[in-house]
Amino acid sequence: MTQSIQSQVPDSYGRFGPFGGRYVPETLMNALLELEEAYNRYKDDPDFLAEIRYLLKQYAGRPSPLYYAERLTKHLGGAKIYLKREDLNHTGSHKINNAIGQAVLAKRMGKTKVIAETGAGQHGVASATVAALLGLECKVFMGEEDTKRQQLNVFRMKLLGSEVIPVTSGSRTLKDACNETLRYWVSHVDDTYYILGSVTGPHPYPMMVRDFQRIIGVETKEQILEAEGRLPDVIVAAVGGGSNAMGIFHDFIPDASVRLIGVEAAGRGVDTEQHAATMTKGRPGVFQGSMSYVLQDEGGQVLEAHSISAGLDYPGIGPEHSYLKDTKRAEYVPATDREALDALKLLSVQEGIIPALESSHAIAHAIKLAPTLPKDTLLVISLSGRGDKDVEAIMPYFEGDAQ
Amino acid sequence: MSDNRQNLIDAVFAELKAKGETALIPFMTMGDPDLAASVELVKAAEAAGASMIELGVPYSDPLADGPVIQRASERALRNRISLLDCMKVAPEARKQGVKLPFILFTYFNPVLQLGLETFFELMKQHDFSGAIIPDLPLEEDGEVRDIAERTGIHLIPLVAPTSEARVERIASRARGFVYCVSSLGVTGVRSSFHEGLDAFLATVRRAASVPICVGFGVSSREQAESLADKCDGVIVGSAIVRKVEESLPLLQDEDEARRSEGLAAVQAFIADLKPRAVRA
Repeated sequence: MTQSIQSQVPDSYGRFGPFGGRYVPETLMNALLELEEAYNRYKDDPDFLAEIRYLLKQYAGRPSPLYYAERLTKHLGGAKIYLKREDLNHTGSHKINNAIGQAVLAKRMGKTKVIAETGAGQHGVASATVAALLGLECKVFMGEEDTKRQQLNVFRMKLLGSEVIPVTSGSRTLKDACNETLRYWVSHVDDTYYILGSVTGPHPYPMMVRDFQRIIGVETKEQILEAEGRLPDVIVAAVGGGSNAMGIFHDFIPDASVRLIGVEAAGRGVDTEQHAATMTKGRPGVFQGSMSYVLQDEGGQVLEAHSISAGLDYPGIGPEHSYLKDTKRAEYVPATDREALDALKLLSVQEGIIPALESSHAIAHAIKLAPTLPKDTLLVISLSGRGDKDVEAIMPYFEGDAQ
Repeated sequence: MSDNRQNLIDAVFAELKAKGETALIPFMTMGDPDLAASVELVKAAEAAGASMIELGVPYSDPLADGPVIQRASERALRNRISLLDCMKVAPEARKQGVKLPFILFTYFNPVLQLGLETFFELMKQHDFSGAIIPDLPLEEDGEVRDIAERTGIHLIPLVAPTSEARVERIASRARGFVYCVSSLGVTGVRSSFHEGLDAFLATVRRAASVPICVGFGVSSREQAESLADKCDGVIVGSAIVRKVEESLPLLQDEDEARRSEGLAAVQAFIADLKPRAVRA
């Protein structure tokens, strides 16, 4: 397979096979068309790309290392494990890659204000950061429930000069924060740019966010070729909306020998009602502007998700992931809250790296998978974020054994 | 249209035009507070002088709606009201003597999950004349429009002040009427409309071969009357849903007299919205 396969999706309607599209009220259509046009105008513009490249390198600290996790590898006794260290980026996660790209675009479009939704607060912090950097006014919408779970990130955003707006509708988590940001955008399209944080939502967001995140995979490929002289055999990444996974997968899609595995949050278990396992338990539907797998009831009402990780606590998933699932190019597997916590602990102890709860889901699957693979297998884990933000929330789970 | 009977929406607009009147189109969230009350509220709307009525299907993620309709949806969903439950209100109201046309307002996912063919077949069986699907812009509505056309249900499109070049394409293929969004933002009460509203309505008028109606933020008779000579109908949603919300203690009372009092309050509110006949 070649580059042309990738460029087939999405089509001009934002379709990845049957998924994607633009299911939004007419009041938003013009803003989305304006955004699509601007993105198409700038995406190959050398000045635009140079500005983003400069900020990614000098400000965000890219490239992020591809680190051989020797102790973890020995401990698990199977595949050779590498960690793609997105946790070392400025602001502590992969979210900065997309926030920089979109904020630079917002400036080119002449917008003076930006808005963003956030779950765990990582995208909110990344948006607040680039807004400060580029002198844009920023409002972040965050479910009231999440503002309680992630108080530290709320404070960080305020410190960076952004306004945090607690969302009290619906389940008061990420999905409702997304709804409220879209509603606000409808009323303020003239001067406001919406920095959407994942590969979700209406076209062109899934494509554009993927393009801004694909640097993760591009770097990984260069780095693994340098370190090992060959492509990896397996790549594992956590999926909520799916931006870090899409980012690390994308450059490897044409490389058929590379297994791509997305790990979704199984919460208290996929056989309970408290999970966020969209691929395992959902079915195709229209949610927040695009067709994709969705957790929903029989009548098409979207269900509330549950995960210990606020960033994965989302009943939808990006449309390109649905496409990769149905075309069998990628696999999607669940990991529970408990497995993620155990993984967080293991990586902390074995490698001195405290991963974010989101990323811990990817590690949890690697812990299951690595011992079953031969020692010459190369396995890359997307370590999408650092765990500092989570330590307070997870303390109760480790009481006793942390002392 | 394959259906030979004239669509009831067209018949009502023809009648109004002959009388020089502007249509009043109330919106109500079905199942708020319960389905029996919804049937009574539909009857009250007709008695108040409504020309046709939008039956709103509650949805978990109502992107186009403001806080008032969001709250009504949440209340209805707590009663596990489904799309099919909402549809059943129409034939029940018809059985009880309601004559006006029924329009179903629903977000797309419940329709998709039911199946497009099944949905329109049921719409026909349940005596609906039109459907409004707010999150189905023209780029995505091809298949739905074909089936609607075949089953004789009018697919009523939304057009916004920001639609610009899209107005022509949307309005020219509209059926029933064109739903003109008065201002940017979500549904809800507001004191002023988009500043370019007159020019916008004139543009829609030129492109449309069907009547044009204005909604989003219409909440008083003054507003309705200020619009009456610029369009063929006004749609009032949030203001009525809020009136229903205020009347919930009465509407949910065990005492029938108290319930009647609640219905009368909503009816009086709707009657007061009806613009006087201003078009000669």
